Amino acid sequence: MKYSDKVKELLENPHNAGKIENPDGVGQVGNPVCGDMMTIMIKVRDDRIEDIRFETFGCGAAIAVSSVVTDMAKGKTIDDAMKISNKVVAEELGDLPTNELHCSNLGADALQEAIRDYLDRKEGKVRRRKDMKVELISSHEGTCFCPYCNQELLVKGSSCSNCGKPTLDK
Amino acid sequence: MQPIYLDHISATPLHPEVRNAMVEYIQNKFGNPISQHRIGDEAMETLEGARKEVAGLIHAQPEEVIFTSGGTESINHAIKGVALAMGAKGRHIITSNIEHQSVLRSLRMLMKLGYRVTSLPVDKYGLVDPAGLEKAITDDTILVTIMHANNEIGTIEPIAEIGKITRERGILFHTDAVASIGVVPFNVEEMGVDLASMAANQFYGPSGVGALYVRPKTRIAPLLDGGIQEYNLRAGSQNMVGIVGMGKAAELAKKEMFQRMAYLLGLKSAFVEQLLTIDEIVINGHPELSIPNLISFSVKYIEGESMLLMLDEEGVYASTRSACATGSLRASHVLIAAGCDYTAAQGTLIVSFGITNTMEEVEKAFQALKKSVTFLRSMSPLYQKK
Repeated sequence: MKYSDKVKELLENPHNAGKIENPDGVGQVGNPVCGDMMTIMIKVRDDRIEDIRFETFGCGAAIAVSSVVTDMAKGKTIDDAMKISNKVVAEELGDLPTNELHCSNLGADALQEAIRDYLDRKEGKVRRRKDMKVELISSHEGTCFCPYCNQELLVKGSSCSNCGKPTLDK
Repeated sequence: MQPIYLDHISATPLHPEVRNAMVEYIQNKFGNPISQHRIGDEAMETLEGARKEVAGLIHAQPEEVIFTSGGTESINHAIKGVALAMGAKGRHIITSNIEHQSVLRSLRMLMKLGYRVTSLPVDKYGLVDPAGLEKAITDDTILVTIMHANNEIGTIEPIAEIGKITRERGILFHTDAVASIGVVPFNVEEMGVDLASMAANQFYGPSGVGALYVRPKTRIAPLLDGGIQEYNLRAGSQNMVGIVGMGKAAELAKKEMFQRMAYLLGLKSAFVEQLLTIDEIVINGHPELSIPNLISFSVKYIEGESMLLMLDEEGVYASTRSACATGSLRASHVLIAAGCDYTAAQGTLIVSFGITNTMEEVEKAFQALKKSVTFLRSMSPLYQKK
């Protein structure tokens, strides 16, 4: 089995799995075609992330990532939580299998989406998040998408061929 | 808890009698079958004895069977060997959308050399339409390669019907029968095949040894050139220990075939019956035309690999896709070809039973599965509780 004990442990006992009723911010990234999709919900009080929950469709690594990123963000101020990146999450979790990294390491992106959603709502802007429908997603042509720019990955490599962001897949 | 192995499609454990035969050989014998002395003669006798057993399993003559290093080599040999031997006679090959990687990649390699390949679609059960195949034949067609039983969904293809067509049209027909030979009856005459690939690790023999059935007068070139071994079709000193194991495994598979099939079907039926108590599960493959030892199903709203990992923690070992495609994050080409939607394809599990599994294990495995499905669905953003 290619997963580390830490990933296995987190899959068995994930922290912060579930839903928040009436969340202050919601972020959703990825799509099930690629094999991973993540939703993060936050509850904010006094500029601090009071509660955070995730729902994830994905492999063991994706669920472990969700657990780690939510643990990291819980209790942090919005400003501090905004500093959490995919790289930091990957380091915290340790050895993820390389080809799992790109598609599974969506945790920080989902968190940042949730924070943006929260800030937008606070400013009274229209909700940013589009409700994704499974039917729409599955009409894709069976290809893998970059989690950053949601473009199809044409070439496997160390960076996305569309947006140039590193995929950590070395 | 005693581990429950439900991944027999990847490799079967050695049958105790097979292991004994191999140990007996490795402890007492060696020798090259083509050496011209007594040690060589003994090895030759062992080799030919094993060949007879393998031939018997598929109702062929011993001289029509050549030993290889396994299913992959047999398939590569059949496809590339025919293409090489045919030369300028034709450059068109027909296959299906659900073949194993070793067929797909052998053909991809030939395409780079200028061959044309027609890949036939399958219906929702994964079945190839023989009428469609007949229409795809051109004057340039040299080979048809269609698998017998699919290794991911278990569907058994109408090989005999296809064999009838290829015989009438005078085109060579290869079948990748790795997932079926030794599991269900296989008769090279009734199926009308010219070439058939098989592997010992599908019927309680060792990994690293297989065979290719070659009908007499088939135009096929060797892939490995060298000595005169294997009727000049596969040079190199034989893997005698493996071949001894394969011979024994073939003998047992033939003797116990119907008994094993009935037993495996019992396990599979019991498992499927329980499976259907879980909501939103899709069974893949054909409900009847299927090998008795494998069931593929898609659990909607969750991903297969996380299920696999949770089952692993519970000591239940299954698979999500063909072992040869592990590492790919894409949905299985077999499931997509059979019209499964991408999200469901990601949630697929393949459970393959063996003769050492018990009804009790099937029950335990199901309970572990149910637990992981409930748990993962509770975390899934796609699952709406009913």
